[in-house]
Amino acid sequence: MTDPIYKTDALIADDIEAYLEQHQNKSMLRFITCGSVDDGKSTLIGRLLYDSKMIFEDQLAALENDSRKVGTQGQEIDFALLVDGLAAEREQGITIDVAYRFFATKKRKFIVADCPGHEQYTRNMVTGASTADCAVILIDARKGVLVQTRRHSFLCHRLGIKNLVLAVNKMDLIDYDQARFDAIVADYRAFADSIGIESFTAIPMSGLAGDNITTRSDNTRWYDGPILIRHLETTEVNSTANQAKPFRMPVQWVNRPNLDFRGFAGQIATGTVRPGDELRSLPSGKTSKVKSIVTMDGDLDEAVAGQSVTITLEDEIDSSRGDVLATADDPPEVADQFESTIVWMDDEPLVVGRGYWLKLGTQTVSATVAEPKYEIDVNTMEHLAAQRLHLNQIGVCEVTTDKRIVFEPYVDNRTLGGFILIDKITNRTVGAGMLHFSLRRSQNVHWQPTDITRGHHASMKNQTPRVLWFTGLSGSGKSTIANEVEKKLALMNRHTFLLDGDNVRHGLNKDLGFTESDRIENIRRIGEVAKLMTDAGLIVLTAFISPFRADRQLVRDMIDGGEFIEIHVDTPLEVAEARDVKGLYKKAREGKLKNFTGIDSPYEAPEDPEIRVNTVEMTPEEAADYIIGKILPLK
Amino acid sequence: MSPPHVFHQLEDPRMTLTHLQRLEAESIHIMREVVAEAEKPVMLYSIGKDSAVMLHLAKKAFYPSPPPFPLMHVDTTWKFQDMYALREKAAQDAGMELIVHQNPEAAERGINPFDHGPLHTDMWKTEGLKQALDKYGFDAAFGGARRDEEKSRAKERIFSFRTATHGWDPKNQRPELWNLYNARKKKGESIRVFPLSNWTELDIWQYIMAENVEIVPLYFSARRPTYEYEGGLFMADDIDRLEKVMGYRPEIAERSIRFRTLGCFPLTGAVESEAATLQEVVQEMLLTTTSERQGRVIDKDAGDASMEKKKQEGYF
Repeated sequence: MTDPIYKTDALIADDIEAYLEQHQNKSMLRFITCGSVDDGKSTLIGRLLYDSKMIFEDQLAALENDSRKVGTQGQEIDFALLVDGLAAEREQGITIDVAYRFFATKKRKFIVADCPGHEQYTRNMVTGASTADCAVILIDARKGVLVQTRRHSFLCHRLGIKNLVLAVNKMDLIDYDQARFDAIVADYRAFADSIGIESFTAIPMSGLAGDNITTRSDNTRWYDGPILIRHLETTEVNSTANQAKPFRMPVQWVNRPNLDFRGFAGQIATGTVRPGDELRSLPSGKTSKVKSIVTMDGDLDEAVAGQSVTITLEDEIDSSRGDVLATADDPPEVADQFESTIVWMDDEPLVVGRGYWLKLGTQTVSATVAEPKYEIDVNTMEHLAAQRLHLNQIGVCEVTTDKRIVFEPYVDNRTLGGFILIDKITNRTVGAGMLHFSLRRSQNVHWQPTDITRGHHASMKNQTPRVLWFTGLSGSGKSTIANEVEKKLALMNRHTFLLDGDNVRHGLNKDLGFTESDRIENIRRIGEVAKLMTDAGLIVLTAFISPFRADRQLVRDMIDGGEFIEIHVDTPLEVAEARDVKGLYKKAREGKLKNFTGIDSPYEAPEDPEIRVNTVEMTPEEAADYIIGKILPLK
Repeated sequence: MSPPHVFHQLEDPRMTLTHLQRLEAESIHIMREVVAEAEKPVMLYSIGKDSAVMLHLAKKAFYPSPPPFPLMHVDTTWKFQDMYALREKAAQDAGMELIVHQNPEAAERGINPFDHGPLHTDMWKTEGLKQALDKYGFDAAFGGARRDEEKSRAKERIFSFRTATHGWDPKNQRPELWNLYNARKKKGESIRVFPLSNWTELDIWQYIMAENVEIVPLYFSARRPTYEYEGGLFMADDIDRLEKVMGYRPEIAERSIRFRTLGCFPLTGAVESEAATLQEVVQEMLLTTTSERQGRVIDKDAGDASMEKKKQEGYF
């Protein structure tokens, strides 16, 4: 039973030094296993752990006990029980999350991402696949290539896993029939060709009986390919393959213990680096030479993809977190508009036009996603029309960032091409994306530096630009108060401009209706106009219901730090409705007006506005005085 | 400074990183992300071997600067004397501020492992940790837990989010893709970060050996005063205090023992062993047939899913 590739070899007892020497030199492979509930995935992983003696006697005793109690294998050991985890899942008998398992042979340490096979858990599979070098896709030999086989293969392929193993499991149940195996492989090959999978390794096996997993089986003498563990031990790992690519390192942190030392800390994404190499810092484009690669164990002569290092440069160039150090003569691109594949991971669907945080490498920027070009049906690979993306849906969309970012296509570089989207309000990770390419219009637009800066504009007006963003229910008194504030500021010789529904809806935004995405676009344009006006040195007042926190956040992120003042005109719905100056509440109550804020559309009150005014306790004039008091001196 | 340490290279024209190099690089990456994105991080230091490795990695991550956060020990007052000694030295060597927190309520009520059972862990450690994080306003805390330690930890994220009341909701954790960690959180919320998530016990030992990481001598066998209690073998680290709490003076016998994990001395079972060097310890670990946590009492009190329950309550 004891296989010499595993840990209980005689060396441990006989010559521990030799054993440790051998194991000090292991490489590491990360792989994922995908399969449906009944494909025997947990049994396969349990078997790998068991055969590698990663299971101790007390765990084994518990396993034997559990196998009899809740196992599905009668009196036999149920290996699947070894890898089930959270209590609730265990009772349901299914795995509902990604779990990471570890085992090792003489040659390698393995990290297994155990990924569920249920359709609704695309999210978890994509998560597990994102860090994997290799994927083991299980097939039940009795059933052949199924819809989920295609789905798993497609996702692994999209996530950039080039090394696929087709594990044709449960061969014992079809009498190790070669013809059946060959037919399954041919079937899979036809599918693989159709989606661009270049190669895969098919292995006939049985997790339960142990065929061709850690020992070559006598039951499949017709098979002369590698057994699973040998294949996993010898296949190439990504970090090694990445060394052949040009050098790229996202700067994570600048290390400045004193004035004489400035080190750029980061993990090398691709390539190699040596002292003397000419590097370019992006997006600035400045170049310098590597002075040293600093570690606590002394300076290095060379560092390679996968290592975390600290690099010092010959010249004092201003590089900070989010920048990328790259080979000077072959740098990555810088752009702000992209086509990308997006996998949606949140219960709340993607909102087109809403601002999300986009994190790529060490860069975090604000980004919006356009309406999907198409959604991909993960079962049929068909392209479908889509307005938005829901949980576990995958689509191809244009993404626009508010700042230019350093990137590479995902197929070339997972680190500079893979990103996550973060909801600005809930802070949840809501999406994962893979960049395809930048859109040409972004490459051709270059920022034209102007001689008269926003600082000049502001100082000529002798004031500090501000955006006073009034938000509140219809009838709360936003426009009235904003108008009062503007009058008072005018008396103080301040240069102001008031944006409200009348002067915006009739001109700039007359093409927009009242759908969710139009409302977001409405606010976005108002934000952009307000931003231009602050560049011109003005104090801008805006009076819009702007009911959604995320949209107000989007504007806040556009405007320079501290210039955005959110003012909540806080009026209870009953009071606003009782006033009903324009008769709109009445219409909404009668159903003549749809999507009316406060009635059949929510108003998300600011959680922490800079200023809050209560219109029940204050007159408009008192409210205006209160606001002025809060925003002075404005110089 | 120690001489440059070079891991042995594999036979490949390119430099394939060894598993320890890759684990090290990943842990360093994680620590730097936290320092770049969190407002006030802290490293929880339990003085065990995993903590020792974590501290060593922190020194490497920020070299030549000292790690830009304090070390914090949530103390129960019942640790081994050797642990307290190393604690002071390790903080000093790393150039880091050491914060020691002892739950004043537990001290006042004289909570101890003999009279109070599970309440001992709950008051000193679970409550103590919450108090300390709140007191100093830390929003990110590094911990040395590994995924291979226990089944429910296999699914724990590297960045684990806790509510303002330190609760852990297994259903509301964020997916972790590539090496991108979303560290954004609301005011009052905090993150527990586990840079050693992907290390196994063997990896830890191999790294200690390769990097000469200093660990508490109790991991190595020596003749030590022991007593038996409820079927377990324990070390009489402070016999007078034991007598006071137990109400009698346990019978002491000197034995050659060591520890596979370290915690409170009346709760941490010793194993009889002759393994006095790192090599021998690893050899013993590899040949041994019981898992690491078995020596600790904490996992036993609520059956199989107890660690998970503790996590929901806010225990690390």
